[in-house]
Amino acid sequence: MRLADLTQHAGEWLRGEGPMYDVVISSRVRLARNLAGMPFLGKCTESQQQEIEQRLRAEVLAGPAAPEMFYVDVRAAGELDRKLLVERHLISRQHAEASHPRGVAVSGDETVALMINEEDHLRMQVLRTGFQLAQAFEDISRIDDSLEQRLDFAFHSRYGYLTACPTNVGTGLRVSVMLHLPALKMTGQIEKLFHAASDMHLEVRGLYGEGTEATGDFFQISNQTTLGKSERQIVSEFVDTMVPSFVQYERLAREALLAERPAAIDDKVARSVALLRSARLMSSDETMYLLSLVRLGANLRRIEGMDLKTINELFLLTQPAHLQRILNREMTPDQRAAARADYLRRKLNLN
Amino acid sequence: MKNQCDKCGKPATVYLTEIVDGQKIEKHLCEHCAAAEGITIKANVPISQLLEDFILQSAGGEDEAPEPTCEVCGMTFSQFRQGGRLGCPNDYDAFAKPLAPLLERAHEGATQHLGKVPHRADSGQKKQAAILRLRAQLKAAIADEDYERAAVLRDQIKEFESS
Repeated sequence: MRLADLTQHAGEWLRGEGPMYDVVISSRVRLARNLAGMPFLGKCTESQQQEIEQRLRAEVLAGPAAPEMFYVDVRAAGELDRKLLVERHLISRQHAEASHPRGVAVSGDETVALMINEEDHLRMQVLRTGFQLAQAFEDISRIDDSLEQRLDFAFHSRYGYLTACPTNVGTGLRVSVMLHLPALKMTGQIEKLFHAASDMHLEVRGLYGEGTEATGDFFQISNQTTLGKSERQIVSEFVDTMVPSFVQYERLAREALLAERPAAIDDKVARSVALLRSARLMSSDETMYLLSLVRLGANLRRIEGMDLKTINELFLLTQPAHLQRILNREMTPDQRAAARADYLRRKLNLN
Repeated sequence: MKNQCDKCGKPATVYLTEIVDGQKIEKHLCEHCAAAEGITIKANVPISQLLEDFILQSAGGEDEAPEPTCEVCGMTFSQFRQGGRLGCPNDYDAFAKPLAPLLERAHEGATQHLGKVPHRADSGQKKQAAILRLRAQLKAAIADEDYERAAVLRDQIKEFESS
């Protein structure tokens, strides 16, 4: 498996299946770990950073899952490849844009990504389609257990797993779900959800994590508290109460919209399909916005012949780095707008 | 505005204005009594904001006591406040006092880990701290171009890590 093989399709997490997939796009869990006896990354010399990269790279590629893993030396990778990894949610923007020795090990189906030398020495992630947090947590625990057989992670009897930023200390666990909430947005109830989320000590962010705007009605919701609760408690609060209630809000808003203003919904969806099928210039923001409405229409069964998998894939494949890789040429934003419109027309008129 | 808690007379930090049946009722409470009344103070701010607030808030007063400094990695507490990232695991002990309010705000008041403990918990904190110190000495030795000493330190680190 190589990076170049990734571009034609979306990873497992965008398959458009899984529990509550009408609202929950994907589920993600992440663990932050640092090697014991080493400074955190910011205080490391370059040779220490190199040592960490080599050591962790050897260990993550020696585990039981190793045959299915491939490794990307992110420092050596070109800019387009690094952006591609960000668009696929396999590394963070910060990791892509840094300049120190670093890398990522990825499983063939892209459910597992182990980032080396991000903010912490090791950031492990499991990403799955639909609402599968419990499963994702089992997966990541297995990986952590296996690595702990061979590595000592910085640990404190009072503060737990030690991290460079005190907001991650303790379990080092961040659980999050990517939600599609077009009906709450349309009916002006999204603010209410933000308030509810912050009351529950949750953080709401955009599609690409920290510091990004929510585009196309996609919102990433994650826990803030990592200390003073066990991993299972953090996961079960999310799985048993928080996420189901957000899903319920969105579903109720969709039902209400359909009951009260069916023509308004159908009109928005039909216009979106028409624009995507015939426009000649398309920015990635507009694409996101239109695809979001098409996804809503498909979920509510208001349109025929659009399957969720295709729609989900288009979210990813029309992103700047993917588009350039698929078409195999570098393009300016203007050229991309034309190429993107072209690509969408081809994909959607086949259906 | 009065500054004492209606209930116990301690300094009030929570000012609550309620409208009940068109009547305006003002309450002044200390955090303790507010919590007892079921009024919670919510930390409904994103993590980045939390850190920034904390940094601004703590940057105010003139420190008379010497600034907390980590003897292992050399980071000072004001450096942490500026960058928002700690330098090494030992900072959690070196800055235990000034870090406490930040940890409490970030983690719903918690200060004690309740989650997973590594299987290899035998490699205790003392050993972790010892390796960290040796590494700091190694860094200094290399900077001084004292390669003989560096070689000895490297061996010691290896021995510790494999023990």
